[in-house]
Amino acid sequence: MTVGIKEKVRQFMSENFMVAGAADIPDEASFMDRHLIDSTGFLELIAFIERSFDISVTDSEMIPENLDSLNNIERYVREKRAAA
Amino acid sequence: MLVHHFFEKTAQREPHKIALICEGRSYTYAEINEAAKRLGASMLRRGVDRNDRVAIFMDNSVEAVVAIYAALKIGAIFMPINALTKADKLAYILNDAEATCLVTHAARRSEWQPVLDRSATVHTCVVVGEESGGALRDERLMRYNDAVMGAQSDNQESQAIDQDLASILYTSGSTGDPKGVMLTHLNMISASNSVLEYLKFRSDDVILCIMSLAYGYGLYHVLMGFQVGATVVLERSLAFPVKTLELMAHHHVTVLPGTPTIFSMLLNVKTVSKYDLRALRLITNAAAALSQEHLRRLRETFPRAVFFSMYGLTECKRVTYLPPDQLDIRPTSVGRGMPNQECWLVDDHGKRLPNGSTGELVIRGSHVMRGYWRKPEETAKRLKPGPNPGEWVLHSGDLFRTDEEGYLYFVARKDDIIKSRGEKISPVEVENALYRLDGVLEAAVVGVPDPVLGQAIKAFLVLKAGYSYSEKDVVRHCLAKLENFMAPKYVVFMESLPKTDNGKIKKMALT
Repeated sequence: MTVGIKEKVRQFMSENFMVAGAADIPDEASFMDRHLIDSTGFLELIAFIERSFDISVTDSEMIPENLDSLNNIERYVREKRAAA
Repeated sequence: MLVHHFFEKTAQREPHKIALICEGRSYTYAEINEAAKRLGASMLRRGVDRNDRVAIFMDNSVEAVVAIYAALKIGAIFMPINALTKADKLAYILNDAEATCLVTHAARRSEWQPVLDRSATVHTCVVVGEESGGALRDERLMRYNDAVMGAQSDNQESQAIDQDLASILYTSGSTGDPKGVMLTHLNMISASNSVLEYLKFRSDDVILCIMSLAYGYGLYHVLMGFQVGATVVLERSLAFPVKTLELMAHHHVTVLPGTPTIFSMLLNVKTVSKYDLRALRLITNAAAALSQEHLRRLRETFPRAVFFSMYGLTECKRVTYLPPDQLDIRPTSVGRGMPNQECWLVDDHGKRLPNGSTGELVIRGSHVMRGYWRKPEETAKRLKPGPNPGEWVLHSGDLFRTDEEGYLYFVARKDDIIKSRGEKISPVEVENALYRLDGVLEAAVVGVPDPVLGQAIKAFLVLKAGYSYSEKDVVRHCLAKLENFMAPKYVVFMESLPKTDNGKIKKMALT
């Protein structure tokens, strides 16, 4: 189940933000640094994460450490689920 | 006086004062000045001449600020370009301006590399973030780190006078092609001085700047901040509002310039009141009108801060501000001008109108642009003869009404420019991009009201037989060609578009 987190996000980015080569985005690459997502894009990403992984992202959790790379998202989603 | 002299004076007076805070690091006035000198010297050695156009294509960063002052110091003209710009538009701008130098970031390579390959004029490209060591494939390329560590400056002082161009800022127009607003040193200094006279930035201010340096609103916060010796906290974006609020609290930010979109994102953080933002003394709004509800929430959340509602345009930087003591009397007004400037309303024949009328706002002053770079026809539409022989005044293209006391209230744009997220979007530019999608027979783009964005972009398409796309396909196509904020929010497929009697698409009938 958790194996699918990064893949799901890659697919979302490919479909939603026209990210070419989403399959090749390194796990640790910063979306911001690479201009893959802009500020309103992150809002859409958050909505996607909430829907797909059935978690609720609080304001204070909307930080790069939780959202700005595939690794960060995977770690964050796992933590949220473990805590639930 | 030249634009960079104000910065240099501050650097002389207070070399160890923190000028800029960016990505968690602080830079003193002396450090930035030194880096700018050395980068300028490197540019000179590479043959970048006085009056050359130096394009700066980067996120807000210390390097972008250094590049601005480096260009000014050698008498060149800086052109900051929004980091979201895609290759086609970047190519247009560089070719239009015949830029000889590009300062950019390795992270944006996918956009600038193809453009560089096709550019006839760019001979020097300074790249930030390029790994060190090893020869660069292209001899035009130069690493930023090498450029600022290079031999000490034997810079001659710039020979520019205040009639020379300091900057060209590209802005969207209703014809679709971006236009380069030419700003002389005198234009920019006049604008800064007028604004400082009413905003009164102080040397102990800490100014947050989230807006792109490619736009006047963002750029001038650095220029004016450095003029008074303040500290500027420069942010790349507002992707993580929580981080921005933390930053504001941590650095005791005193000045928050914003747009309705920025304020929306900050106020949407439910815990916004938990951040210690007592240092905030001044909040300004520009780029789009702030709703009364937003204004109320802003004043409620930051009761200690003074609020300025303002209006301006790239072609002259700013026109008017509402004195805070008028905010409760006429909250929807943007004021009645600013120091060292005259402004008035005209009818369709250019005749001056009395108070209580509605008409196009015309501006007179030393801050009014020189014109659009090499676009005499476009320039002639905006700069028209003024009241005295031999002078020009700026026709804003915006309709305002005045009350009996001459206070201005925005009514509408004269043309059909869409304002979304505080950004100007030319419908024609988006339509042009849509026509580049295979199978598009007709395209019409309009702005529709949107509670968060101000206006949202809606595209109506008629496809040729045999073609079928999803909304997402169309949006993705636009994202590849245009800045993100120019991509449509809504896409509607139609059998045909309503037309006027002479066959033009009737946008009024589309909603």
